[in-house]
Amino acid sequence: MSTAVVFFEVEILDAKTKEKLCFLDKVRNKLQRILYLPVPDPQWYPARQSIRLDPKGKSLKDEDVLQHLPVGTTATFYFRDLGAQISWVTVFLTEYTGPLVIYLLFYFRVPFIYAPKYDFTTSKHWVVHLACMCHSFHYMKRLLETLFVHRFSHGTMPLRNIFKNCTYYWGFAAWMAYYINHPLYTPPIYGEQQIRLALILFLFCQIGNFSIHIALRNLRPPGSKTRKIPYPTKNPFTWIFLLVSCPNYTYELGSWLGFTLMTQCLPVAFFTLVGFIQMTVWAKGKHRSYLKEFRDYPPLRSPIIPFIL
Amino acid sequence: MASSEEDGTVEEKENNNKKRTKSALTTAWLTFYNIAMTAGWLVLAMAMLRFYIKKGTHKGLYRSIARTLKFFQTFALVEVGHCAIGIVRTSVIVTGVQVCSRIFMVWLVASSIRQIQNEESVILFLVVWTVTEITRYSYYTFKLLNHLPYFVKWARYNFFIVLYPLGVIGELLSIYAALPFVRRSGMYSMRLPNKYNVSFDYYYCLIIVMLSYIPCKETVCLEPTFKLLQTSFSCKTHLTHSKGSKLAVRMRSINKKVIGSISSISENYG
Repeated sequence: MSTAVVFFEVEILDAKTKEKLCFLDKVRNKLQRILYLPVPDPQWYPARQSIRLDPKGKSLKDEDVLQHLPVGTTATFYFRDLGAQISWVTVFLTEYTGPLVIYLLFYFRVPFIYAPKYDFTTSKHWVVHLACMCHSFHYMKRLLETLFVHRFSHGTMPLRNIFKNCTYYWGFAAWMAYYINHPLYTPPIYGEQQIRLALILFLFCQIGNFSIHIALRNLRPPGSKTRKIPYPTKNPFTWIFLLVSCPNYTYELGSWLGFTLMTQCLPVAFFTLVGFIQMTVWAKGKHRSYLKEFRDYPPLRSPIIPFIL
Repeated sequence: MASSEEDGTVEEKENNNKKRTKSALTTAWLTFYNIAMTAGWLVLAMAMLRFYIKKGTHKGLYRSIARTLKFFQTFALVEVGHCAIGIVRTSVIVTGVQVCSRIFMVWLVASSIRQIQNEESVILFLVVWTVTEITRYSYYTFKLLNHLPYFVKWARYNFFIVLYPLGVIGELLSIYAALPFVRRSGMYSMRLPNKYNVSFDYYYCLIIVMLSYIPCKETVCLEPTFKLLQTSFSCKTHLTHSKGSKLAVRMRSINKKVIGSISSISENYG
């Protein structure tokens, strides 16, 4: 039996003004073809186009096939301009390289930060050296994960996010690094015990965070965009999936608590707090969308902190 | 089937009753609140006038009204709550920033830095605030009572043109006057070394506050006020079209070009 070739007629309206923007006849199945229209204005690149069935609804995906959408042979879509876009990878690389470099500038006491007599000196407290290693390790890990581990479901985000995110990361990094590497820095009150405990917590959570990222990556085969429920694997660090939906955020919080304890620095505590609030918002959103998408989602799980939050 | 239908309508009626009592309660509370605040600021205005007439000078005026001012200005925090629970249709952040900047001026500048309390700039912003708040709260009161005198409406929409810049000038000059005293006393500041490994200099904080008046007052006070005025004078269409029209113009030009080459596109898609 030969499959009949189905042609569609597509009209695209502006989502806000409902004006007819264009009309295409003899369109074949994939929505993707529409996105890659040879538009005269190079500004309207595909990542910026949001095409939807309903003006207030969700965007359709590139891979959506016209035949499977609830449209007749004449389809009406609504167009929305998402604004200038930038790729997630670019944003992550920029926002993580900043803190790495900035912290080191303060660590090496580059001129014009502290009093001139301290230029290029090093701190006499060994915890300061340890903190520098931990901080740098953390951001190096993030950079490598961005390049080799993470699989992003959306390619891009709005351009203004890069300014917002970089201000946040770079600003806080500078604020923290200034005090930790200050000539008048005061080491933790409980001394070696405190630092040792903090270091163990930090390393434990770093390994945990990495394990979760690997587990999430393995959930999704390369190139696919399927969504599945993450489950604990053989790696003990992933057993936290039994209790938490977003253990990567849990471990991240733990790492920064460790760093706060290690440096005993109020700006670090602030950074941890702000990060915790933001990650809780994200975790709750993710948890909610898991519950919506999967009927059999494990009921024992909390968004970010077992049993509590 | 008939009974379930009845149940449905009974429930609906109950819900409607609940909504009606809730909104009646809300209106009652808001009316009371706005009347109380109008009265409070009127009391402040009277006290200030009385002091000036009696003493002939503004020196010592702030001390005499400080407690009343603190009470009524701090009580305005309730308005943030109103926005948060939704009985007032304003953004929580906008209201929050406005109330916080007032509380900052009262508690952390005027009340805590005694040496500037006799400055003219302090009297300036006090007078401006008093007139503004009386106008604002009486406007809300009359609106809630569905009986808005034209004068009050006119005042609300026109006074701010003069009062707003005067208020900003008064506040900025007051903070500027406070700077040398803050520097000398080192108040609200923390220096290194300390066990929290943090430092804070109130002097530089005040300078940053002064600089931030420019962006903050524009986004938090001016823009919402402009929007309020425009919607009230039915210029809504003006606002919404201004954003959509740029896109519409662009898309119209694309539209023309695309329709012009429809045949070539359908060939590509065939």
